[in-house]
Amino acid sequence: MPPDLLIPTLPTSRRTQQEETKMNQHSMTIRGKERYKSGVMEYKKMGYWEPDYVPKDTDIIALFRVTPQDGVDPIEAAAAVAGESSTATWTVVWTDRLTAAEKYRAKCYRVDPVPNSPGQYFAYIAYDLDLFENGSIANLSASIIGNVFGFKPLKALRLEDMRLPVAYVKTFQGPATGIVVERERMDKFGRPLLGATVKPKLGLSGRNYGRVVYEALKGGLDFTKDDENINSQPFMHWRERFLYCMEAVNKAQAASGEIKGTYLNVTAGTMEDMYERAEFAKELGSVIIMIDLVIGYTAIQSMAKWARRNDMILHLHRAGHSTYTRQRSHGVSFRVIAKWMRLAGVDHIHAGTVVGKLEGDPATTRGYYDICREDYNPVRLEHGVFFDQNWASLNRMMPVASGGIHAGQMHQLLDHLGEDVILQFGGGTIGHPMGIQAGATANRVALEAMILARNEGRDYLREGPEILAKAAETCTPLKSALEVWKNVTFNYESTDMPDYVPTPSVAM
Amino acid sequence: MRITQGCFSFLPDLTDEQISRQVQYCLEKGWAVNIEFTDDPHPRNSFWEMWGLPMFDLRDAAGVMMELGQCRKVYGNSYIRLSAFDNSHGWESVRLSFIVNRPKDEPGFRLERHEMAGRNIRYTTKSYAVDRPEGGRYG
Repeated sequence: MPPDLLIPTLPTSRRTQQEETKMNQHSMTIRGKERYKSGVMEYKKMGYWEPDYVPKDTDIIALFRVTPQDGVDPIEAAAAVAGESSTATWTVVWTDRLTAAEKYRAKCYRVDPVPNSPGQYFAYIAYDLDLFENGSIANLSASIIGNVFGFKPLKALRLEDMRLPVAYVKTFQGPATGIVVERERMDKFGRPLLGATVKPKLGLSGRNYGRVVYEALKGGLDFTKDDENINSQPFMHWRERFLYCMEAVNKAQAASGEIKGTYLNVTAGTMEDMYERAEFAKELGSVIIMIDLVIGYTAIQSMAKWARRNDMILHLHRAGHSTYTRQRSHGVSFRVIAKWMRLAGVDHIHAGTVVGKLEGDPATTRGYYDICREDYNPVRLEHGVFFDQNWASLNRMMPVASGGIHAGQMHQLLDHLGEDVILQFGGGTIGHPMGIQAGATANRVALEAMILARNEGRDYLREGPEILAKAAETCTPLKSALEVWKNVTFNYESTDMPDYVPTPSVAM
Repeated sequence: MRITQGCFSFLPDLTDEQISRQVQYCLEKGWAVNIEFTDDPHPRNSFWEMWGLPMFDLRDAAGVMMELGQCRKVYGNSYIRLSAFDNSHGWESVRLSFIVNRPKDEPGFRLERHEMAGRNIRYTTKSYAVDRPEGGRYG
């Protein structure tokens, strides 16, 4: 470890505002022969801190939230992150001189104190495109988060956001189907899609499981879904599930005249098993399959290519993400995971409900949804979006809102999440007092009534409860759903919120 | 049986005033509204017959409502739907679609099952109405 990292400098809490703004002022890079003298040297002197560097359009930029150990200079800590996520090792090596080392060094070019968070700094680091393999999330993530998160001089480190240059975006397939083609295939336009996860998650036999799928789809949902841990267990072998589910899908299709689907989870222990399950789903005529995030980035990309080749919609359940996305000071933000998954090529991704039972501050969630659905994301610090991101016509990903939502929240869901989203009411369908079909119908009627009102120009957010009550007059299932879940809300403080809050500007 | 394709099939049939407000919403978004009809409402029948061209450059819903009236006169016992088409880059597809007319009697579909190897079944959805030739399916 470079000795400077161990010498306490001025404690960050005693730094003045002036000193903070001075942080970014000068380069300390040692050049020429001196740079390559054997021994240890501070990262900021090795060329990993270049405040004058202007990132190229083709550079990948990463924004880290760095929390240095007490007494560690934030500039040195940020330079160390740049170094350890690119070419550096703990000591000077002469073999650097056999390479175009300056090009390959990641360059930290800006360090800002995080507003209202003493001891935390935002470090902007630029990486040359040549550091990465085309079309490989595994390679991208191995570079950016591969090594540096356990680095001793840091208390904590979080990858907050990334700017992916068009030149790199274009090396990825992107979502196998995309929102537009998914809507065309499903013949569903102008409203969010409706889904439900089959409950209980574990223990149902294939035959009983298919019953839940049939009831929910016939009642009016577009999709049902396997849960993340439904794979192939003693109570239900995967083939049983697939066969009964497709009977249910086809029966509901004939009963309603609508296209229906059920996300058949093909997650398994090996790629070979996953391909076998996916092929069987295709043979049975399913329109959609599902995978879990825990299968890993390479497996996800393989399944995305399979889905594109086989005209299959690919649903991703973000199983496990909260282990590294939830805490504000350490890990990887979900907005980065969402960007990686859009590159990797999934069609659906769970991205939060705002009002449901799982973590999700409204502004941060809005940022995730924009990343999924827009062709261009401008900087929106108040949503936690730090970079302009051009997706260069890569397909759009359909966000999925799932977990603790019910028909009585329809106006809020539409307001927060918009129209291109899948609303998944698991308990809110299956837990309906009049049965699963009634639960599904309640959700569908609530949704259609809200869309109708919105399009008519009504203030649906404010009038939401009225609109629902009116629709319930001709729909007993909705009436009963509104009654059962009328007081259910999940109001807890979020652990992950944007650091920047817009302040009203003075009118000129 | 009630076919539930389109955006508002779970609500009571829309009145002409309600339809007109939806059309106005589409026109204000700059979308072109298209009238389509069919007597083969199979869920995978993407291409219903077009009643003229999509109405580009229209500002007032009254124009669409007039055409819908004409279409109903001829195809009043068929399915008729309105679709709104958005030509903005990256979308270039339908934005809203809903049924505005149904035959008096909707017989629906039967599910045919062909038993294959193993326990696999090949499913076919067949409309009861299409057993009769086009044009004579709903009486």
